[in-house]
Amino acid sequence: MSRYLVGRLIQTLVVLLLLSMATYGLLGLMPGDPVDLMAGADPDITPADIARLKALYGLDRPIWERYLTWLSAALQGDFGYSRLYAQPVLDIVAHRLPTTILLIGLSLVAALSVAVPAAIVAARNPGGWVDRTINLLCFAGVSVPPFWLALLLIILFAVVLGWLPAGGMSTASGEGGVLDRARHLILPVLTLSAATVAAYTRHLRSALIEVLGEDFIRTARAKGVSEHRVMTRHALRNALLPVVTLVGLDLGSLVSGALITETMFSQLGMGKTIYDAVMGNDYNLALVGLLTAATATLIGNLAADIAYARLDPRIVYRAEPGS
Amino acid sequence: MRRLFRDPAALAALLVLSVLSLTAVCAPLIEAAMGMDADAVDLFNRLSPPSPAHPLGTDKLGRDLMLRLLEGGRVSLAVGLSAALVASAIGTLIGLASGYVGGRLDAILMRIADGVIALPLLPLLIVLAAIDLSKLGLPPDVAQSETTSLVRLVILVSLVGWPVTARLVRASTLSLRKREFVEAARTLGYTPWRIALRHVLPNAMAPILVAATLSVGNVVLFESVLSFLGLGIRPPTPSWGNMLTGAQELIWEAPRLAIWPGLLIFATVVSVNLLGDALRDALDPKTVRR
Repeated sequence: MSRYLVGRLIQTLVVLLLLSMATYGLLGLMPGDPVDLMAGADPDITPADIARLKALYGLDRPIWERYLTWLSAALQGDFGYSRLYAQPVLDIVAHRLPTTILLIGLSLVAALSVAVPAAIVAARNPGGWVDRTINLLCFAGVSVPPFWLALLLIILFAVVLGWLPAGGMSTASGEGGVLDRARHLILPVLTLSAATVAAYTRHLRSALIEVLGEDFIRTARAKGVSEHRVMTRHALRNALLPVVTLVGLDLGSLVSGALITETMFSQLGMGKTIYDAVMGNDYNLALVGLLTAATATLIGNLAADIAYARLDPRIVYRAEPGS
Repeated sequence: MRRLFRDPAALAALLVLSVLSLTAVCAPLIEAAMGMDADAVDLFNRLSPPSPAHPLGTDKLGRDLMLRLLEGGRVSLAVGLSAALVASAIGTLIGLASGYVGGRLDAILMRIADGVIALPLLPLLIVLAAIDLSKLGLPPDVAQSETTSLVRLVILVSLVGWPVTARLVRASTLSLRKREFVEAARTLGYTPWRIALRHVLPNAMAPILVAATLSVGNVVLFESVLSFLGLGIRPPTPSWGNMLTGAQELIWEAPRLAIWPGLLIFATVVSVNLLGDALRDALDPKTVRR
C-alpha cells in the first residue's frame, strides 16, 4: 500500500511538472507580453525603450529559459506578482481559495444528500413511474448549460420573487454575518450541484440495482431482514463504493463548474480569478491559478483511490511493475 | 432500430432534433421570406416585446431575436456536429490502437485519456482559446479570420470529447481481438492495421455510434460555455452561447433574452443524450428493456 502510495505521489508530481511546462508555454502564446501592455499605456515610448525593457525583464530570452527561471523561483516559494492586483500571487490565491473550497464542499454535500435518497427511491422499483421521473430529471441535470441554469435561478429567485440576491458575496453594508453569507451562497451552490446530483444519482441507482440482484441480498431477505435494513445496511454500503471513485474523478468538472458559477454570481474564488487573469493578461496569476486547480483535482483523484481501497478490503494495490 | 422507434423518449428527442436542424438549415430562407436580416440593427426598436413584426421581440441592438436564434442554431449545431465527428474519429483511432496493440502503448494512451477526463478542462480550454495564433507563425489576417476561429473552436471542443469514445472503443476492441475471425485474419498474415480497420472496426461500430451521439451533447455544452464567456464564436456572428453573454446585465429589463437561447441549447443537449441512451439500449442485445 505505501509503495503504491509513493508511486502515485511521484506520478502526480510528474504530471504537475509537465502541466506547469505546458501551461507556461501556452501562456507565452497569449496576445502581447507584459512589456507590450506597458508600452500600450505610454504613447511616448520608443522602440529602443521597448527593447531595453524586454531585456530587463528577460523577455528576449527563449521561452524554455524563462520557464526554468520561473521554476527555480517557484520552487523557492516565489511565484511573482499579479499584474491586475499588484500583489504577490500567493497572497491572492490564499485569499480566494477558501471561497472556492467552501462552494465546492457545500455543493458536494448538497449533491450527496439529494442523490442518495433519490437513488434509493429509484432503485426500489426500477421501471416504475418514480424511477422514470427521477431518470428524466437526471437527464435534465446533466444536459442543462450551467450558465443558463444560473440565469434562470436569478430570474426566478432574484427578479420575480425577490427572495435571494442575484450575486455578490455579502450585502454591501457588510452587516449580515453568517446568515447573509449563506443567503448569497444558495443560488451558486444550486447551480454548481445540479449536474453533480444527476451524475451521482444515475451511478448510485445502477450500482444499487446491481447489488440488489446479488446472492447475499437474497440471503438477507430470506433471513427475514426488513426491506429498509436490506437497503441501507446491505445494498447501500456496497453501492456507495463506485460513488467514492466518482466523487474523486468528478472534482475536475466541479472546478470547471466553479469557474462558471463564480463568474455568474461574482464570487471571488479561484475560478473567477483564473478567468479574470486569463482575460486580463495576468500571466503569473493565471499560471498559479491553473496549477492550483490542477493540483486540487489530482489530490482529489488520489484521495478517492485511497478511500476506495480503505473501504473495500478486497482491493489490494500493488506498485506497478517497473515503477 | 425497431426497438428505438418504440421508445417514446427517443422518438420525442428525434422529433426535436429534426425540427431544430431543419429550421437551422432553412434559416436563410426564413430570413428572406420575412424580408429581414438577422444582423440588421434597429436602435429605435431596442428590447421591444414580441409583436407581429418580431415574433419573439428584439435584442439590445434591435435585432430580431427569432432570426438570430435560427442563425445561432446554424452555427452552434454545425460546430457541435463537426467537433463531435472529429472527437469520435480521434477517439476511435486511439481506442483501436490502444486495444489492439496493447502493452505499453495502451498504458500510456489510457493514462492520457484518464488525465483528460480528470483535469479541470474549462480553465485549460480558456487559456487555449485565448492564445494568439499569429505567435505560432500564422499570418495575422488568417489568425484573426472567422474561419480560423471556427476551426479553432472545433479543435478545442474535440479535445474534450475523445477520451470517452476511446475508452469504449478500446473495451470492445479488447474483446474482439480474441475472437475466432480475428485470429483467422491474423493466421492469413494480414497486417495489424488491416485487421484493426477491416475486421475489428466494423464490429465496434455500435459503441462508436453511441459514444458519438453522446459526445454531441457534451460538445454543444462546451461550445456554448466558451462562446458565453466570450472565447468561442465572436459577435456579430450569433451562436446560442454568445447570445446569452449580455443577458445577465439586462436580466431586470428583458429576462426573455436570457431564456430563449438557453432553452434551445438545453433542448438540443437533452434530446441528444436521450437519443444516445436509447441507441445504447437498442444496439446492445444484452440489455433487457426496463
